[in-house]
Amino acid sequence: MIRKTRPHIVQNEPLLFEMSSPGKKGYQLPALDVPAVDAKAVLGSDHVREEIEGFPEVSEVETIRHFTRLSTWNYAIDLGLYPLGSCTMKYNPRVNELVARTEALAWAHPYQPESLSQGAMEIMAELERCLAEITGMDAVTLQPAAGAHGEMTGIMLIRSLLEARGGARKKILIPDSAHGTNPATAHMCGYAVQNIASNERGLVDLATLSSAMDETVAGLMITNPNTIGVFEENIIEITRIVHAKGGLVYMDGANMNALVGMARPGDFGVDVMHLNLHKTFSTPHGGGGPGSGAVAVKKHLEPFLPYPRLKRVGDQWTFNYDLPQSIGKVRAFYGNFGVLVRALAYIMAHGGDGLRRATMDAVLNANYIRSMLEPYYDLPYKAPSMHEVVFSDDRQAKKGVRTGDIAKRLIDYGFHPYTVSFPLIVHGALMIEPTETEGKREIDLFVDAMISIAKEVEEDPQMVLKAPYLTRTSRVDEVTAARKPIVRWRPEATASKAAD
Amino acid sequence: MLEVCGADSLEDLFSHLPSEAKLNAPLAIEPGKSEYEIVDYFRERAAENATGYASFLGAGVYYHYRPVMVDTIVSRGEFLTSYTPYQAEIAQGTLTTIFEFQTMVCQLTGMEVANASMYDGSSAVPEAAMMAVRITGRDRILTSKTVHPEYREVLRTYAQHQGMPISEFGYVSGSGAIDLKDLEAKLNDEVAAVIVQSPNFFGIVEDIKAAAALAHRHGALLVMVFTEAVSLGLLEPPKDADIVAGELQSFAITPSYGGPFAGIIATKEKFIRQIPGRLVGETKDSRGNRAFCLTLSTREQHIRREKATSNICTNQALIALMATVFMSVYGKEGLRELAEQNLAKAHYLVDGLKKRFSGPFFNEFVVSCNGTPPETVNEKLLGGKIIGGLPLGKFYPELKDCMLLCATEMSKREHMDKVKEAF
Amino acid sequence: MYPENFRYTKEHEWVSVDGGVGTVGITEHAQAELGDIVYVDMPRVGSAVTQGKTFGSVESVKAVSDIYSPVSGEVVEANELLAANPEKLNDDPHGSAWLVKIRLSAPDEIKNLLSPADYQTYVGEKA
Repeated sequence: MIRKTRPHIVQNEPLLFEMSSPGKKGYQLPALDVPAVDAKAVLGSDHVREEIEGFPEVSEVETIRHFTRLSTWNYAIDLGLYPLGSCTMKYNPRVNELVARTEALAWAHPYQPESLSQGAMEIMAELERCLAEITGMDAVTLQPAAGAHGEMTGIMLIRSLLEARGGARKKILIPDSAHGTNPATAHMCGYAVQNIASNERGLVDLATLSSAMDETVAGLMITNPNTIGVFEENIIEITRIVHAKGGLVYMDGANMNALVGMARPGDFGVDVMHLNLHKTFSTPHGGGGPGSGAVAVKKHLEPFLPYPRLKRVGDQWTFNYDLPQSIGKVRAFYGNFGVLVRALAYIMAHGGDGLRRATMDAVLNANYIRSMLEPYYDLPYKAPSMHEVVFSDDRQAKKGVRTGDIAKRLIDYGFHPYTVSFPLIVHGALMIEPTETEGKREIDLFVDAMISIAKEVEEDPQMVLKAPYLTRTSRVDEVTAARKPIVRWRPEATASKAAD
Repeated sequence: MLEVCGADSLEDLFSHLPSEAKLNAPLAIEPGKSEYEIVDYFRERAAENATGYASFLGAGVYYHYRPVMVDTIVSRGEFLTSYTPYQAEIAQGTLTTIFEFQTMVCQLTGMEVANASMYDGSSAVPEAAMMAVRITGRDRILTSKTVHPEYREVLRTYAQHQGMPISEFGYVSGSGAIDLKDLEAKLNDEVAAVIVQSPNFFGIVEDIKAAAALAHRHGALLVMVFTEAVSLGLLEPPKDADIVAGELQSFAITPSYGGPFAGIIATKEKFIRQIPGRLVGETKDSRGNRAFCLTLSTREQHIRREKATSNICTNQALIALMATVFMSVYGKEGLRELAEQNLAKAHYLVDGLKKRFSGPFFNEFVVSCNGTPPETVNEKLLGGKIIGGLPLGKFYPELKDCMLLCATEMSKREHMDKVKEAF
Repeated sequence: MYPENFRYTKEHEWVSVDGGVGTVGITEHAQAELGDIVYVDMPRVGSAVTQGKTFGSVESVKAVSDIYSPVSGEVVEANELLAANPEKLNDDPHGSAWLVKIRLSAPDEIKNLLSPADYQTYVGEKA
């Protein structure tokens, strides 16, 4: 039975271009306080465009209704549990939004004098300190714009250190359970990728790792807890094997929400890692960005960090560009500062004890879901779960219902689906990460929904295959979208016409 | 809940972690603070930053007015607290706005397809270069020295391990525009892409058509970069370019000490499978209604892994939404009027100053400081609560007595007059 | 199901040789495994291919599969039908939706390929 939702009216809304009328405006500029200039005269007529063809012409009220109506077509954390495994969809505190908009922070120009940027620099320095403490590392760069960007930075750091030691080496070892960004990153940094097959428990196999690890290997990219939500129990031995042959250990910090305050990568042998501030540290995902992929390193990698680095001179912060071994800049300016402000606000709100408590609650929630759902869904790996649990659709597949179908049915129950079909080592994966945000009441509703769907699969699999039923938009035809891509609106181009 | 999990305490849930890996001391982070204390802390930090100054800095980050509508929309939890729209049935809001975004970027740039946004303009440039390498099967990149210096630094960082040698060509000392002769001399059949920024770092509007013709003659692609999106309200769209890589910070994205911003890559339809990042496409749902979804995902890392077009995973959806709202608020007439105001303000500001370059400029220009170090001029201005221009010596030693000034619709005449007096 | 005059690879391609030119495609089994095919990445006419090496790929919405050449030689024709109609690969993989024609440089290589019966057994065993 569906307890969480009931249908309600949702409005239709055309695209901006379809509701435009010539001459309609939603803006007013101040009167010009200087003489107007003739654009064609000062720029040359070749450089001046005709009107922007097709650009919207709508009123202020139409604009706000347009975007508000569209917003009601979205699911969001503010509406309920968002159990996307590996994505850590936790509550985004609104005070973070407020402080990030503080005028002298939001309107600070990256080239304004350092003497007039001390507040911003102090915020960055304090965040670097907190992240180093949380990870057990020695130095942090806040420059990378997202997790994958942090990975790229981290692997470049490894490469630069090895080059300084005499040779970059050839390849990076990556467990087959890793995120796709890991091999893509290694490739971008000029490394070949060697996959390491997981063992029957879903963990890195020490014998496989030992035989793969030699002097041609630059390092290992490992996710811990790994993507099935299990802590690599042999992590100390793993990092030892890599270090013994002169390699370095990169940790993908996507799952750091399972460790904060409980274990520190710097203490278990990791040389370099990234943090997803938009996961672990609560900055909003915003429908897919912005994020921040801060990178934390041990002392031996610090000289290679992107420039500039914050430096204390007397009682002032300054940017140090004199870093001859630096890998260079990975993006302009200093990083996604607005995201950094939010992350620091989150850390301050929790404090050391609060962060630890949040980790424990996240792990408790995942384990509770695991215990409640194990009678109904196949659990391919039985090792203890951390912050997320991965089931497979093995039982439901016998009725012809796959993980993607269960996910779509879950939408009718008022929940965003879990992560579907990842990690690849689990055939038909259902990857569930509740985070510490959820209380028992919301989780029990979710558990009930999952159990109810499991029963529906037994009784009426055909019904589940066509879900969702209660959404404004029913199952979307992704095949046609990919075969005949329409990626922009055109005046007469309708989907039906383009499909001819 | 613990009982259901078969655990006696929360700590029990971590008992399987090897003891050497466990943290046995509390984190050295102060106890949690109340909302009031947090707000207060950031207010105090903000007070240590510039407050109440007028600024004439541009150089890739611009002060433009942000319509109130923008924060009203992006603060809605449905946009703010949703994830990447993989589950299309419950993410049509985000998907529709991205489709509108892609369309407007095409309308502005004269390109046929645009992605759902990149991290920022600086990282869009190497992504465009890598795209050109894939398309042409060549590996060399030629970039103009008038491309934003930090963008070129980022390009070098990305390129260093990819077998993608970067060389630069110069600008004409008199006009400040790219030196087409130098470009021609350096072009050969190994060049995958020529990268030109317009308006360039000095604010000069470049002749994209001429640069593209040269590049094409040698089988290379022309990548056009922009940092000041407002200029596209007035300037001829770069239809002759093959790839456009730009920064949308000007479209209602606060300077925020350098980020988060939103970059874009736009290109011709025939290169659609080589574009990096997310793309939203139009299709139908099973009831026949129009619907949108992420498409052509096989280009991306989560499927193609080490063979992907890029390791990029996310876009900058919420920031791109700010730009989308901005573009709909200003619309067809407004963006042009806004651009015209920027043009007028900059031309008022330059009047009476010693302009270093003769080329046509939009809202930024380089001035000589008559032998005084630009830092000295800036010091003088700071006393009057004005942040002056960017001294150029750091990036261009040959321009060490020059600064880059920017005026926008937010520059007031009284402040501009004070700037003129300082020289 | 699997035409008698074709030879097959374990990577699920087929080749049919006629007068020194081999027509190459993917098998019924391959198309069924891939699901709805949305795009085919083909080699350029004139490019050289080697037996067992990849020369292109086939994409569904959420997967990419490399295509391995069953024979060595030069690509003399690529099937233009597939550029605009990738779905034909689902409808008629052994017929109109062939991928490329290759002028064989080592016709003896055919011996390395599977017979229809052996291929049938191979996919049967796997399934």
